[in-house]
Amino acid sequence: MPLLKKVSMAFASIHVPNFLVQAVMRAEPALRARAVVLVDGTPPIWNVVAANEAALQAGVELGMAKSQAAQFRNVEIRHRSRLQEKSAHAALLDLGASISPRMEDTAPDTIILDIAGLSSLFGNEENIAAQLLQRASGLGLITHIAVSSNLEVALHAARGFAGITLIPSGEEAKRLGPLPVRALLPSTEILETLERWGVRNCAALAALPLLQLSERLGQEGVRLHELARGTSLRSIVLAEPGVHFEEEMALDFAVAELEPLAFLLGRLLDQLFARLEARALAACAIRLRFDLEDSFEKDFQVLDDKSPRLAAKTYEKVLGLPVPMRNSKMLLKLLRLQLQADPPHASIVKITLSAEPARPRAAQGGLFLPSCLDPEKLELTIGRLANLVGTSNIGSPELIDTHRPGEFRMKRFVPANDESKIPQKRVITATAQAGQEDTSTSSRAASAFRIFRPEVQAKVELQDDCPARIYFRGMRGKIVSASGPWRTSGDWWREDAWQQDEWEVDIRFDASASRRNERIPNSRAQDGLYRIYYDSIRTAWFARGRYD
Amino acid sequence: MAANLATLRSKVELALAGRVAAPFTYRDRHALETVSSGIAEIDSLAGGLPRGALTEIFGPACSGRTSLLLSALAARTAHAEACALIDGCDAFDPHSAEAAGVELKQLLWVRCRNIDQTLRATDLLLQGGGFGFIALDLSDVRAEVLRHVPLDAWFRFRRAVEDTPTILVVLEPESNAKTCASLVLRMEAEPARWSTTLETHAAEICRYPSSWLFDGLGIRAELLRSRMQSSAPNGFQKHFDSAGRSEIFETNAMRDYLSIARIEPTLK
Repeated sequence: MPLLKKVSMAFASIHVPNFLVQAVMRAEPALRARAVVLVDGTPPIWNVVAANEAALQAGVELGMAKSQAAQFRNVEIRHRSRLQEKSAHAALLDLGASISPRMEDTAPDTIILDIAGLSSLFGNEENIAAQLLQRASGLGLITHIAVSSNLEVALHAARGFAGITLIPSGEEAKRLGPLPVRALLPSTEILETLERWGVRNCAALAALPLLQLSERLGQEGVRLHELARGTSLRSIVLAEPGVHFEEEMALDFAVAELEPLAFLLGRLLDQLFARLEARALAACAIRLRFDLEDSFEKDFQVLDDKSPRLAAKTYEKVLGLPVPMRNSKMLLKLLRLQLQADPPHASIVKITLSAEPARPRAAQGGLFLPSCLDPEKLELTIGRLANLVGTSNIGSPELIDTHRPGEFRMKRFVPANDESKIPQKRVITATAQAGQEDTSTSSRAASAFRIFRPEVQAKVELQDDCPARIYFRGMRGKIVSASGPWRTSGDWWREDAWQQDEWEVDIRFDASASRRNERIPNSRAQDGLYRIYYDSIRTAWFARGRYD
Repeated sequence: MAANLATLRSKVELALAGRVAAPFTYRDRHALETVSSGIAEIDSLAGGLPRGALTEIFGPACSGRTSLLLSALAARTAHAEACALIDGCDAFDPHSAEAAGVELKQLLWVRCRNIDQTLRATDLLLQGGGFGFIALDLSDVRAEVLRHVPLDAWFRFRRAVEDTPTILVVLEPESNAKTCASLVLRMEAEPARWSTTLETHAAEICRYPSSWLFDGLGIRAELLRSRMQSSAPNGFQKHFDSAGRSEIFETNAMRDYLSIARIEPTLK
């Protein structure tokens, strides 16, 4: 294209032909190889509002009744989906924003980009057009792209010519010549007039004398003449690309099973992440919303208090991610795990999936550094484990700033990969806490403690106010050493106040208990150092755990 | 003959391509990288904890298994390694771990309710990969239940951890992993250490309980099996040569109660 080098083309128009059908096909890619018609209307009157090329060739006509369209074999009939059209339009805007921030939202099926000055990033105009075509394909859209220095020329060329059309400056009238007048979107009356005159394409329209045309068709005729000659001038109306990433799907038939639901979720996730990828973004959270089917039997939930309550008509779930992700397969697995653990209580009639955008994670690996946990894989493993043991039973323990014994909370496991981020800890042992310098014990480990959950009630016999014998878990033992009592109390202003006298006791169990009862473990093997306490509020003894 | 062998070899290599990297290359399974357990006596006894292998630590209650585990966890988390603890009886004490030097943010704690959950959770974690240290705590699971764990579970664990940088440690009341374990340590408790400020005899500890303090535990560790190659400079030594040796190490009590109001001792 030597001619292209002479001129500076500034606008690229992207048009999605047969937008209504493509919006549906984007959500159902298997339809691409089939003849598809879309019907719309008020039940029970459904008419064909759009059809793809294969359906038109099969004999389907627009405006035909649904029952007539159903007579054709191998024609797939779908209902027009305004939700899908909205999503397809959003995807088209994302496509434009992936190339240029200066964009005009001309129509649901058409956008115009200002591509002046982008050659240093994407190469020449031909490369930009090729990239747009490729990215559109990734978003599930088949597009027509036209590049011209004139905005209106680019717009009409994209609507009229398939594939990529490059129109150098000065050749607008020549290149637009074969374009049907219909592509200039004249009013029906003017179109009929031009048809009667035998003017069918832009070349014929451009050849008409302007003055006489103005006398017969008025200002509209002049406008069409300018468009046909490629001399119409107007400025681009800039649109701000949104950062709201949402995909919706209304279902003709309610879905109750997880497998078909996962299939649909997979499709929506693919669409969502293709859009995020087009904008060089990732998702840091996924919000899932189901509209549930109305059902008399399922509208009531029986709660723990046995009183029926009207169930919510929607189901919402938010999947927070530790790092921004763009892997739709991984997220589908995570969503499946979440839905398995907490399924919706009724069939689903509409799915809404939205992503919270974030900048993708950038990690620099080192050749001589140990490989760290892959956050995406870790999230999946944790999801599976949570499904197995329950969400509350997995995570990182975090200590709570209280003196209440054994208090902690579980939080999300997010390990640090950098050693420098780990604070150097000092083992708190008796010697260390007393502040004594004792080199001989510097390498000593701390005595670990194991907790009985739930706490075990015990019977304790006292001798001179000191525990002498103990009975718990079906075992009886003699206390050979005891240290205590260490009194703790707190939260007296709350209902769950505590006041305990703790003892550390060395217990020797009788062997006879385990001989009598098989369920009782080998009691002599349980000998050791335990921590017991007397609860002054509950007036009972408990075993808290043992040292190990 | 040599040409036939070479052809045969290339055919086998071709057939196993993608599944086995180098089928005819000798791989020394005993040359395992070891890391410190956090206790010098254990390191001198067993040479540390091996990566890519199963380590079994067993013993009765209060024998110091958990103390050893927490020391190892403290050492690993200090090196920013991701660690996981599969708690078979939900007996882990985060306060104790924190005091032992474990960086809790680096620890994934899986609280299981039964042996099935515990084994399945271990499978999932091993398959997930990426963890530097995985501990399977079955200390409080009844020995009868553990005996019914099929041997193939231990083989599966060993196979899953092989050729990975993961240290897999299993804590049990009895040894069950048999030959699947590359390192087996038996723990045994020595008498607990007590101290007092009074001039009384240890036999009178129960007479003056509030004047005595628990100081720590003495723990005897015996090496029953080690498949690791000795790192002795004089060359190759026979495996299992160090089996049967034992070391005693001591642990210090955590005096978290020192900050709490103490009832003054009264001499009787």
